[in-house]
Amino acid sequence: MSEVFEFDKATEKLKLLDAFIETQPTKEEAVISVLHKAQSLFGYLPPDLQLYVARKLDVPAAKVYGVVSFYSFFSEEKRGDFTINICMGTACFVKGIDKVMSEFSNQLGIKNKETTADGLFTLNDVRCIGACGLAPVVMINDKVYGHVKAEDVGQIIMDCKEQKGV
Amino acid sequence: MLNITINGKSIQVPKGTTILQASREVNLKIPTLCHMNLKEFGIINQSASCRVCMVEVEGRAALVPSCSELCTEGMVIRTDTKRAIIARRTAVELLLSNHPFDCLTCAKNLECDLQALAQELGIREIHYTGEKMNYPIDDSSYALIKDPNKCIMCRRCETMCNEVQTCGILSAVNRGFDVFVGPAFHLDMVDTSCTFCGQCVAVCPTAALTEMNHTGKVWSALNNPKKHVVVQVAPAVRVAIGEMFDMDPGTITTGKLVSALRALDFDAIFDTDFGADLTIMEEATELIHRIQNGGRLPMLTSCCPAWVKFFEHQFPDLLDIPSTCKSPQIMLGSMIKTYYAQKMKLDPKDIVVVSVMPCLAKKAEAARPELTKDQNSDVDIVITTRELGQMLKIAGIDFAGLPNSDFDQLLGQSTGASVIFGTTGGVIEAAVRTAYEWITNETLEKVDFVQLRGLEGIRSATVKVGDMNLRIGIAHGLGNARKLLNDIRDGISQFDAIEIMACPGGCIGGGGQPYHHGDMDIIKQRQLAIYQEDQGKVLRKSHENPYIKQIYDEFLGEPNSHKAHDLLHTHYIPKERI
Repeated sequence: MSEVFEFDKATEKLKLLDAFIETQPTKEEAVISVLHKAQSLFGYLPPDLQLYVARKLDVPAAKVYGVVSFYSFFSEEKRGDFTINICMGTACFVKGIDKVMSEFSNQLGIKNKETTADGLFTLNDVRCIGACGLAPVVMINDKVYGHVKAEDVGQIIMDCKEQKGV
Repeated sequence: MLNITINGKSIQVPKGTTILQASREVNLKIPTLCHMNLKEFGIINQSASCRVCMVEVEGRAALVPSCSELCTEGMVIRTDTKRAIIARRTAVELLLSNHPFDCLTCAKNLECDLQALAQELGIREIHYTGEKMNYPIDDSSYALIKDPNKCIMCRRCETMCNEVQTCGILSAVNRGFDVFVGPAFHLDMVDTSCTFCGQCVAVCPTAALTEMNHTGKVWSALNNPKKHVVVQVAPAVRVAIGEMFDMDPGTITTGKLVSALRALDFDAIFDTDFGADLTIMEEATELIHRIQNGGRLPMLTSCCPAWVKFFEHQFPDLLDIPSTCKSPQIMLGSMIKTYYAQKMKLDPKDIVVVSVMPCLAKKAEAARPELTKDQNSDVDIVITTRELGQMLKIAGIDFAGLPNSDFDQLLGQSTGASVIFGTTGGVIEAAVRTAYEWITNETLEKVDFVQLRGLEGIRSATVKVGDMNLRIGIAHGLGNARKLLNDIRDGISQFDAIEIMACPGGCIGGGGQPYHHGDMDIIKQRQLAIYQEDQGKVLRKSHENPYIKQIYDEFLGEPNSHKAHDLLHTHYIPKERI
């Protein structure tokens, strides 16, 4: 399967994940929060990691996979340093998020769900993120960008690159 | 009690009654699809996902699903309004709009609940066209085929797999239009810890889950003049196959079944019951040995291949507790390829052993690498009760009209003890009948151990055998088995011997039996028939079978002998859980 456990600091990350699992009051109801933690530590949720979570929580792997494949926030693919989450909720859609999406797509040269060759950016459409007042909304890692227009896209990409020192 | 009104009729129903249940009190038949209730087994699927049973409730803006909506005091329900009927038809049309239209060649043609529903609702036109699912078909295993394109998300298979069997192989995957039921990570079924019990197949309303059909191989063998084709039939088949020929559930058709197999031109027709008698000889000996020599107790039966695969995946640390006996079908296959071949001066390579089983796991069992001898599988082809029924129809055999005939000799005679292998509790009762006489050296006058019978998921009884109390546990359904296994692992088990069957009801409720379509009475009738068949036998203890005595005298030596171990026993392999 994946090489997730061969990565740098994998053991360290697993220790952090185990410690987080220990803090959960019930194992069965902890699936979503543990997956969030796992994704924040490893960046994505390859099958090996899902299986690890399933066995730790003593729930079927199929159930964990069902959750991961249901929520678009969870990714099974390795992502770039910046995940550009494009909100496709109704409000954002009405306000023209499709233009923002295609602008990101053009400037980065990737389609939705793909990652740039330099490993910097992943483009990801998501369901409503609940910030409709700011529509159209783009969320990059933890940072929310409101009222985004197609012409803002270039600057947003530049900001990210600067942040990385590229 | 609650006072409610359905379609103008006032009735009283107990608290906790669903609208669907209440409607049956006034002779209404609200159509359903995802709903399933096998209440004696405690199996209920109430996902309310298909939206086919929608009804109108006064004062409620939206229609409600009658299968899951509970009655409340003063509730006024209409099941027959235009709005409700249109909603149901729309639900079915939408399901059909994303369903392959290959009914004529589908494995479930005329056995499909969706097809039956479309007919019941008089759907003659589908007003919606759009994208259709296009997933690859999973035919990775020897046991079953999974076609996600025919999945209607009723969740019945998930209920069976996760709640009843606690295997956890199947889950809803993806979201929205792309959703279907499948294993983790899009794995092939063969790469999961699926036991192939086939209970998902038994309850699937469509052909999203069906058995792997092996009838083609049987036809080829029968038409190959160089092959000596031997068939064996499991106990549970004879009380169920009649259902495929409009006979009442629970009709005993043993004699007709033999005649039918003869009509298909098998070279020899043997009875898996003989294999069951042989199993008792070996298993009872093993049990007595363990009891008298301080061996590992409880001993668990090992006839059920789904159960065997279950404990290999789920309890790999407890592989020393099941009996090492092969299952009756494999034992008989082994005797056919050795003892029978020798007697008949046949080269085992020229023999094809076909098993007719109520089971899908038997297909996977026969393919297990360790269950082959000298490069020849002990059993070559396994077909289900349903597949045999289909073969008989293709051959134009009038099953119901056939005369009775007897199994061929040598491996065809059986006792009542082996017949009851077909139901939960039967294997252990058969073992007790023999163990009793062997331990006490007395004749057992009353062979019916009614305390071991029934349909409760977990049962226990103590049987007095001489001066010892034999503590017996019985579980059917793998979820119930898991509870017993957990007790053993935790060291709180109080049993000496435990029988486990993977399917609810035992083999009579197997995944290869004629579809019960959610009717629990069918399984009960089959069970009654099994005990009736036992009652009608002259010999009812395995060790009294004269041909069993002969096979030990001439070939095997004694039970648990070196040769018996070589040919009739096996070992288990720890497996991963995924």
